[in-house]
Amino acid sequence: MSAGPYPTVWRAPSFFGTRARQQAVVIAALIYLIWSVSTLHIDARRALAGFARAADLFARMIPPDFSRWELLLKGMTESLQMALAATLAGVLLSIPLGIAAARNLAPRPVYLAARALIVTGRTFHEVIIAIFFVKLFGFGPVAGLLTLALSSVIFLAKMLAEDIENVRAGPIEAVRATGAGFWQVVVYSVVPQVLPRSVGTAIYRLDANVRHSTIVGIVGAGGIGQTLSASFSRYDYDFAAAILLAIIALVALGEWFSDRVRTKLR
Amino acid sequence: MAAAPEEKQTESLERPLLAIDSLTKVYPGGTRALDGVSFAIRRPEVIAVIGSSGAGKSTLIRCINRLVEPTSGSILLGATDIVRLGAKDLRQARRRIGMIFQEFNLVERLTVMENILSGRLGSVSFLASFTRRYPAADVANAYAMLDRVGLAGLHDSRADALSGGQRQRVGIGRALMQNPDLLLVDEPTASLDPKTARQIMRLIRALAEEGATPALVNIHDVALAQGFADRIIGLKAGKVAFDGPVAELTPAVLTDIYGAEDWSQTIRRESEEETSA
Amino acid sequence: MVQRPRADKAAVSAGVQKRYPEVWRRHTPRETVTNWLWVAAVALACAWSVSALDIEWAFFKDAHEQAIDLGQRMWPPRWSYLPSIVAPLVETIHIATLGTAIAVVFSIPLAFLAARNTTANGFTWALGRALLVASRSVNTVIWGLLFVAIPGPGPLAGIAAVAARSVGFLAKLVAEAIEEADRGPIEAIEATGAGTFQTYVVAILPQVMPVLIGTTVYRWDINVRESSVLGFVGAGGIGIYLYASINQFAWQQVLVALLVILVVVIASEAVSAWIRERIS
Repeated sequence: MSAGPYPTVWRAPSFFGTRARQQAVVIAALIYLIWSVSTLHIDARRALAGFARAADLFARMIPPDFSRWELLLKGMTESLQMALAATLAGVLLSIPLGIAAARNLAPRPVYLAARALIVTGRTFHEVIIAIFFVKLFGFGPVAGLLTLALSSVIFLAKMLAEDIENVRAGPIEAVRATGAGFWQVVVYSVVPQVLPRSVGTAIYRLDANVRHSTIVGIVGAGGIGQTLSASFSRYDYDFAAAILLAIIALVALGEWFSDRVRTKLR
Repeated sequence: MAAAPEEKQTESLERPLLAIDSLTKVYPGGTRALDGVSFAIRRPEVIAVIGSSGAGKSTLIRCINRLVEPTSGSILLGATDIVRLGAKDLRQARRRIGMIFQEFNLVERLTVMENILSGRLGSVSFLASFTRRYPAADVANAYAMLDRVGLAGLHDSRADALSGGQRQRVGIGRALMQNPDLLLVDEPTASLDPKTARQIMRLIRALAEEGATPALVNIHDVALAQGFADRIIGLKAGKVAFDGPVAELTPAVLTDIYGAEDWSQTIRRESEEETSA
Repeated sequence: MVQRPRADKAAVSAGVQKRYPEVWRRHTPRETVTNWLWVAAVALACAWSVSALDIEWAFFKDAHEQAIDLGQRMWPPRWSYLPSIVAPLVETIHIATLGTAIAVVFSIPLAFLAARNTTANGFTWALGRALLVASRSVNTVIWGLLFVAIPGPGPLAGIAAVAARSVGFLAKLVAEAIEEADRGPIEAIEATGAGTFQTYVVAILPQVMPVLIGTTVYRWDINVRESSVLGFVGAGGIGIYLYASINQFAWQQVLVALLVILVVVIASEAVSAWIRERIS
């Protein structure tokens, strides 16, 4: 370790390749930050007043008011029912759509049409879909059920299509080689490979539906979300706090259940 | 740094560089990995710790810098008993102990330079380590160290782009950047091919001599141990079964440590080793 | 499962010469019963759900007519509406981006708090986990509802809502990455005498960086979609205009807004996929 003419400065190589490029990225980020914040018309005074209001809101939320537990329970049950029924509908309807969207099974035009449907359906948030169903079927859980069912169909079909596309080609060829027809191929070579994963996906979707069932009510599509939304608009914050706690408990429970079942299936 | 060897020499007259006394480690499951291990290092030397798997070699080395908490006993590094140190003082003590690992244990996504400089973490602030702004002297030393371990020019390579031998060189450089009073080396060659293994052992030995740093090396390969160590400590079921100079390592001793086997092929003279290398 | 071929074996070992069973079943009777019990339980749960929801089936009779009617009222899209929704559209993206950025900053300490191997003690771990669950269980829209009550309606509430939901999402995945981080480098850095936070920054953070960047980009893309509806509760973005158009029955404007959302969401998904592919 003889002291030599060694440099005394070292800078870590940049994540973005060159140092100049890194600086450019940092400057761009800063400009974006300034631009975005300035276009948001954030009123500093109002934002600061928000802190005081937050404290006030918090104080009014505590203690949570569970005295109207019947209303709470009704909303929760409705959410759960919507989630369950929507998952069932989703599972049933996703099978044909999933097969149609699998590149290795469906004819090209069918495949493209199914994919287009899936891409479009996935883009729109559940709340947007819900508002349309509310317009079509009126306020209440039916609109919520249809919303969740629709997004479940889209989601499950996408997952199913991907699982089908990932099946090993060997068994399909083998069954086809026996002279089996289309549905026989599906039943004998695709189903056994796809089924275990699909059951897992369906359970995951049930869990996701429980979570989403809490929000479709915002636009009047039933469930606990409607109760929550109403309590907020009436400044009924202690009841809202009780609802929020119940939602957190239900969602956490649903996630725990879904994780458990899925690890058991694996 | 030039004055360091003299200091260490004078100190060794008064007290050992490292003194381990009745060190015992019982794992939560009840396994007695170390059972009253005692030995002392009085001068800068390379000590090979041999023994079969499960004999406690790795536990011994990890107890010395307390990566594994000892159950009882004492470890004196100079005047400090490492076993009794609180968290803050333990960090101070660890700065004085360099460690080299079997699996190199580099931070793979960081550059070679960052890995080498991480040997200086004990003496820089959190902010400096976060922004990677190390003192000028450390940076110059790191470049010199890269040169010394044969990795000049690779400072900006990512650690995961290196070969096994190169990675271990980075590991050695990181340990020596600490300017340690003691080197702990855990199976440095077990993940390397035989030729690279010898090169790495030679490098460790040379650097230990240059810094007059005692080195405690866990090693599986008895022939390598004989080739590069001054002294051998044999562990058997958590106890010291042998402690003596390399020359005293006989087939009888090896049979005691590892069990019956024909050891005549394994034992070779050091001169033989060097010429064959 | 293991005992599946039992029936066949029994027949053979009973000494019945070459008399193979005429019926073959994939499952043992017991498996069949458990499987059917599961199916029955699921079916019952679903039946209960559907019946309890009191669905007016009559509504479905003319649903298709109504849908077609709605479709006709939407067509053609009123493109003259487009200029007035460009600014809210940009605002939607800002809400997603700024909300995600804030979430990243808070998610890193939260992840270290909620990871078993880096948290200080049992209490801090439980605290970290509780924050994770609370953040994740409440949907962005509901967070929006809550924040609209605090700083008042507008994009600020939207940003806060997006950040509040994303913190838990990011922190959960990063905490998992921290727990799975390679022990070796951590041990090596600890052995140099580095402090706890130095070990986190030098040995753990580089290991979880790919996960952090990947999930951030992924979450940003989800957040663009979430931001499109935050306006429904008054938390800024294009949702306000969409909601207003729907309430005014201005269906041709609704279609424009929907098409614009479609383009933006698909584009952000493509950008996110492209970035994630590049970093992995």
